[in-house]
Amino acid sequence: MSAVFAADIPYWGQSLLRALGGAVAVLLPAGTIVYVFLFKLMSFMQSRLGPMEAGPYGSMQLFAEVGKWLQKEDLYPDRADRFLFKSAPLVVLLSTFMLVVAVPFGPDAIFTNFDNGVLYVLAVSSISVLGILMAGWASANKYSLLGGLRAAGQLIAYELPMVLAVVGVVIQAGTMNMQTIVVKQNAGSIFGWDGIGNPYILTQFVGFLVFMIAVQAELTQAPFDMPIAESELVAGYMTEYSGFRFLIFFIAEFATAGVFSLLASTMFLGGWGLPWSWFNWGSLDEVHNVMNVVGPLIMVTKMMLVAFIIMWARFSYPRFREDQLQKFAWKFLIPVALGNIAVTSILKVAF
Amino acid sequence: MPTDFSSFLRGWLTVAIFGTLGLLLAGLLLGLSALVRPKRPTVEKSMAYESGVDPVGDGWSQSQIRYYIFALLFVMFDVEAVFIFPWATQLERYAGFGLVEMGVFVFVLLLGLVYAWRKGVLRWV
Repeated sequence: MSAVFAADIPYWGQSLLRALGGAVAVLLPAGTIVYVFLFKLMSFMQSRLGPMEAGPYGSMQLFAEVGKWLQKEDLYPDRADRFLFKSAPLVVLLSTFMLVVAVPFGPDAIFTNFDNGVLYVLAVSSISVLGILMAGWASANKYSLLGGLRAAGQLIAYELPMVLAVVGVVIQAGTMNMQTIVVKQNAGSIFGWDGIGNPYILTQFVGFLVFMIAVQAELTQAPFDMPIAESELVAGYMTEYSGFRFLIFFIAEFATAGVFSLLASTMFLGGWGLPWSWFNWGSLDEVHNVMNVVGPLIMVTKMMLVAFIIMWARFSYPRFREDQLQKFAWKFLIPVALGNIAVTSILKVAF
Repeated sequence: MPTDFSSFLRGWLTVAIFGTLGLLLAGLLLGLSALVRPKRPTVEKSMAYESGVDPVGDGWSQSQIRYYIFALLFVMFDVEAVFIFPWATQLERYAGFGLVEMGVFVFVLLLGLVYAWRKGVLRWV
């Protein structure tokens, strides 16, 4: 926390502020992505209007949806493993909340400052696999079980390209601290020219592509939506869920889409920062305090851009086959990501 | 930038707070839902869904072994990634030596991938 805040807010107050900020950082992207992209953009891409009745231009549709889901009956299959069945959506949501902790939003607007932030993010993001497997297994339904297994197989297969794609960024930055990665990008220069800093998307473009494809698969968005393939498996691991527990899965899915977009913009697009050469900032301490307010806005803008790419791909491509999915991960993405690491490290040592 | 032990612990405390927050939020909404939602269970509602017909056999049916092999491969490569990360942060220090060392390491692992590939393990049957 900055000098201004640290002086007069006790630690519990700071924690409360952080918790509030965390809830906003999870729920706001989820709501925005669902309304702007899933309701409206998808409709326009398919030549229809989308929700129009609730509020001006359908803008109150989200609240109507939550109100509707609140009133739905909570059903359990009689054979289900009750405890696992009930706790599975919570585990998935927990993963999302623990993921957002690592994202920096400004010079002092950070939740945590882990030195191994990147590793933490990658580790925590795979907790949701457990939740999905729990849901698939506990439902005691053949569709759910198949969906859960497919999801687990897909998520672990695409975890690897994601991990390996991020290594390129870590090599360039020389650190796993998220805040330092942002600083290095904004304070950096391209062959001595520091007009736009050095966002890693320029030097790590292959890494960025692999990362985004892997994120698409991790979020089980089309073309990687076999776990919930509605034409084969009804709704995959979510088949037996109804009422608010289903909505928690849904919220977690899109909140995670938002958080992964935030992570992508932190690691590849320069994060909350503006190029420091514009303002003659030398180090993190010299960055103006106003960035604590402007930073989150920049992050939201970048998040919307990245989420747009994710959703665009989702609306445009048909579903892969299950064997194509595994082949693509193991025989294409992983070798490409390893090659990216090799090239990056050789160039890093050479220069 | 504070890097002392206390701030390190506080970072993990924040993680715990966020985890609790997520559970609390979900619990709160589920509790709210419990106040307004109906509860009229019938035999048909609690039957496992199998496209409208009565479920056949047990829900926990047997499934293919192929997922298991991919899981094994995943463990191998994920451990590899854990070794790559600390190397990646210190590459500037180790320079050429580190490069050769990691080249050998990754090469051995690639041999593993090629072996699995040639064995036909990566084929989805």
